[in-house]
Amino acid sequence: MSSPVVRDQSGFVIELEQFSGPLDLLLHLIHEEEVDITDLPISKIADQFLAVIGDLGLNQAADYLEMAARLLRIKAQMLLPRRLGDDEWEDPRAELVRRLLEYQQIRELVDWLARAAAVRAERFGRGYEAPPPDAPPAPLQIDLNDLLAAAERVIALIPEPMLHRVVPRPLDVEGALLKIHALLAERDTFGWSDVVGPGATIVDVLSAFIALLELAKRGTLTLAQPEPFAPMVIRRESPREAA
Amino acid sequence: MSPLAKLLEAALFAASRPLTLEELGSLEPESGEAALRAALTELRAAYADDHGVELAEIAEGWQFLTRREYAEAIDRAQFALRPRRLSPAALETLAIIAYRQPVGRVEVDEIRGVDSGAVIDKLLERGLVEVVTRGEGLGRPLLYGTTPPFLEILGLKDLEELPRLEELSVALRPPTPAEEPE
Repeated sequence: MSSPVVRDQSGFVIELEQFSGPLDLLLHLIHEEEVDITDLPISKIADQFLAVIGDLGLNQAADYLEMAARLLRIKAQMLLPRRLGDDEWEDPRAELVRRLLEYQQIRELVDWLARAAAVRAERFGRGYEAPPPDAPPAPLQIDLNDLLAAAERVIALIPEPMLHRVVPRPLDVEGALLKIHALLAERDTFGWSDVVGPGATIVDVLSAFIALLELAKRGTLTLAQPEPFAPMVIRRESPREAA
Repeated sequence: MSPLAKLLEAALFAASRPLTLEELGSLEPESGEAALRAALTELRAAYADDHGVELAEIAEGWQFLTRREYAEAIDRAQFALRPRRLSPAALETLAIIAYRQPVGRVEVDEIRGVDSGAVIDKLLERGLVEVVTRGEGLGRPLLYGTTPPFLEILGLKDLEELPRLEELSVALRPPTPAEEPE
């Protein structure tokens, strides 16, 4: 069944210019060589097939390459020695021949369908009918478990959002500053324990310490430690205060 | 013509697609199927000669179509659009689906020897095939069948009008092809 150069005009899948597949090409070669399809000269056909696909683009080459491999395998199997009158021997070409005949029948039906469509195209119905809109996608049939599993897979792909927790700073530096100012107004010198007092929490300690450092920086007071690990002595810086 | 035949004539004139027997029956529910069929026969006979259109039985329904001999003139004058022709790949796929329905993609691929997914999608889009059921086995594959529009573009009354496989010169699925040369 030779296939003339039929260019695809309706936007269907890309076809090689002349053949709609490796089976079509094989049938074409078989007809061209006028060989018996049921007694394929596999070696000759395989060589020709390889030669033709050598010129083909790569668009659909996978299908053709698969057929080429199949032909070569059959060719190799045909070369294996076999005993005469061996009833067990199975013709390695049988499956290919079956497919070729099946495909040839489809081609015959294609010719019939094409003729029928051409005849129908010569009879017009009432009015112009717009081509049907795109059909809705094939119905999705899925049970609940599959759906849930699919949803889980999708959800798993969603990255964890980067959240930065903003924690309000509980330190009360202002309060500590007021307390230290009050102490400074009373006395020139006082100790760390006067500032924080007994039962101070870690927050009180941190607040007081930051307030002391802040005041030392401003020059309101000086911090001193007479010896290592001794209690801190806080002294008012009189001249600056006066200034 | 009988009143019922005239009613059918009017309805078929108004419709731009084949109307099924059931649809035509809804015009006058009290008249039975026998009367309906008789009226259709009468109508068809009335248009058998002396008319540029004829009543065609198509896609499991009836439709007025122009006679073939006027196709060229109408086409040349561009009064009507011819449908798009189907590509060889589309026809191959349609042939396989028509004869093997319900059939899955894998079987179509196998018979054609090429991947047919894109072609089947196009045919689905044009409404020429549809998913009819799902197969057993791995992945419960979608199985496709042909639709009334498929019959319509081929001008067929029903699937019975497709050629029988035995009538073809090549016999399909011979059990041992090598031993049965054509």
